[in-house]
Amino acid sequence: MAWRDDWRRVRAIAKKDVTTELRAKAGFNSVASLGVTILILLGLALGPDAEALRNAAVGAVWLATLFAGVLAFNRSFQVELESGALEPLLQYPGPRWTIFAGKLLGNLIFLTLMVTIVVAAGVVLFGVRIPDRWPSLLGVILLGVVGLVVLGTFYASMASRSRAREVLLPLLLFPMLVPVLLAATTASKALLGADVMHEAGAWIRLLVAYDLVFLIATFIAFEHVIEA
Amino acid sequence: MVNRQPDQAIVVSGLGKRFGTRWVLRGVSLDVIRGEAVGLMGPNGSGKSTVLRILGTLLNPNAGSGSVDGHDIVRDASSVRGKIGFLAHTPGLYDDLTARENLRFAADMLGLSHTVADGSLERVGLAHVADDRVRGFSAGMQRRLALARLILRSPRVLLLDEPYSNLDNQGVELMNSVINDVVRSEGAALVALHELAPAKAMLDRTLTIVDGRIEAPR
Amino acid sequence: MIPSSDNLRDKSTAAPPPTSIWLGFVSFGAVIAAQVYSILTSPAEGDMGHLQKIMYVHVPAAWMTFLSFFVVLVFSVKYLWQRRENDDLIAASAAEVGATFNGLTLMLGMIWGRPAWGVWWVWDARLTSTLVLFLIFVGYLALRAFTEDAQRKALWSAAVGAIGALNVPIVYMSVKWWRTLHQPPSSPSTLDPRYTMGLRLNAIAMLLVMVYFIRKRYEIARLERAAEHLAEAAAMGGR
Repeated sequence: MAWRDDWRRVRAIAKKDVTTELRAKAGFNSVASLGVTILILLGLALGPDAEALRNAAVGAVWLATLFAGVLAFNRSFQVELESGALEPLLQYPGPRWTIFAGKLLGNLIFLTLMVTIVVAAGVVLFGVRIPDRWPSLLGVILLGVVGLVVLGTFYASMASRSRAREVLLPLLLFPMLVPVLLAATTASKALLGADVMHEAGAWIRLLVAYDLVFLIATFIAFEHVIEA
Repeated sequence: MVNRQPDQAIVVSGLGKRFGTRWVLRGVSLDVIRGEAVGLMGPNGSGKSTVLRILGTLLNPNAGSGSVDGHDIVRDASSVRGKIGFLAHTPGLYDDLTARENLRFAADMLGLSHTVADGSLERVGLAHVADDRVRGFSAGMQRRLALARLILRSPRVLLLDEPYSNLDNQGVELMNSVINDVVRSEGAALVALHELAPAKAMLDRTLTIVDGRIEAPR
Repeated sequence: MIPSSDNLRDKSTAAPPPTSIWLGFVSFGAVIAAQVYSILTSPAEGDMGHLQKIMYVHVPAAWMTFLSFFVVLVFSVKYLWQRRENDDLIAASAAEVGATFNGLTLMLGMIWGRPAWGVWWVWDARLTSTLVLFLIFVGYLALRAFTEDAQRKALWSAAVGAIGALNVPIVYMSVKWWRTLHQPPSSPSTLDPRYTMGLRLNAIAMLLVMVYFIRKRYEIARLERAAEHLAEAAAMGGR
């Protein structure tokens, strides 16, 4: 059954990525630590007034996630490039989208873990009060992470193989993430407060549309991009 | 388009490849018949690896064409991938995984069972380090592991780039037995070498590539 | 199936169709004519006085920016589909020209904004999304600059161009929503019928300029490629 084989490949790649990253000395721990460090720096730069910090909390958490996330995306392809493993990977028979899906899944797991840590740190450092509508807030965060991971993985598949990977990935990725940033921060702020204008719903719909559009587009584009 | 005879395992015609402004291949033509093991010799930088990588569908040529086992290397690349066993100069293994995990990953990607993977480990004599991380392996052990990965699928056509480097005598024997198995069952092998000695008994003939072109065969 | 770069199709050493010098003269003449017309016929606006006249360049430049990006989108998708080298060159030329118009739009917006609003920048929907679009253009051009292999450059930029273009309406919408909750300072009105004729004339003139620039840039790109292909043939032929 072809789809079962394909799913097996996707799982194998995701499992390999997660395993290698967790075992690597400078792996997940450092990316998560970086996220928290950025948060601390933001707190120092924007504080110490408690009110100012509370207002800045949402933006700070998302920015820390974004900047630390960029490192994670490059690393997911770095592991292939360092050991020269990308070529054997490309020589296995089977459709290319399974490689993309496997990488996506691995990155999704990592970013979700990382976001959990950064959000927890943000709640503590920035004095955020957990709102009643926290399940919706979790939904917003998850949708935002999906958008981040889809585009981050896609652009990293190119940038990581380029000479200027450290600057090229953020340069390509960040403008594309503007809708995610706006939607996630505005909806989060609304849900943290009273959301009098019921705007969170509209932003959530935007996030879903965005995630779907780019999930499909990147899957199609990846075939072309990985061959080159 | 290349005229393909049914017994030709590898055919390449007028292959050209440049990297930036440097022309590495300037019109390479060769063929390998089923049941043949052919050596490709030449100095460093002569283009041996490039020929293999093009045949292995890792690179697209700038000019010329080629086919492996009747499949065009550009237009039908996925069929080519199903037929070849490629051994690159760098082993291309995951350092933080164990030998067993590396092979099981390959088995997953190939749709084979984990039993086959473990069996392959035995064949290349790495069963005793199956659960050690590759990071600690010597170059020779890594090459054996790469070979284990290659034979998982019983390939029809072998493309080997400097396969004997870092191998001890046992390793050389192992490599030769693998090549022998493939060639004897109507497969073929193209082996890039800079030194003839380890493979002398195995090869039916040798080609020399110099400055991006094949010299008249001996 | 990825065709070999041997078949980067229509890999020609033939000279590209020359860009008519008359197109250049006509388009620049049209700009001058349209500008003169607008400056002479449009009365001073209520709040802004003669500052309003900047709109005659700013607005058409913005329109040309979006039009250029649309060209990038079309030819990026076409390249991914057909792998014709010329399509990649057209997309790249349109991106360069579009980035220039984009920069122009932003500068003029800021120059207008300083006297009108008192600040160099406001985070209103149009300016902000134009700035984001500019960054997407810059990313596209940076990717091309950092990639050497011709086929990789073409494939990657086509993918990035197409996906970037997909985002443009989404960015615009999201910035607009973001801003409607806070009262933005009003952008210059372009709806007053006294101004529309001048605007239309300038838009047509700007369109001619854009076409001329893209064609010229494409011609240069084709010439560069033709030279590369000739060198290729020479290297393959002799020693």
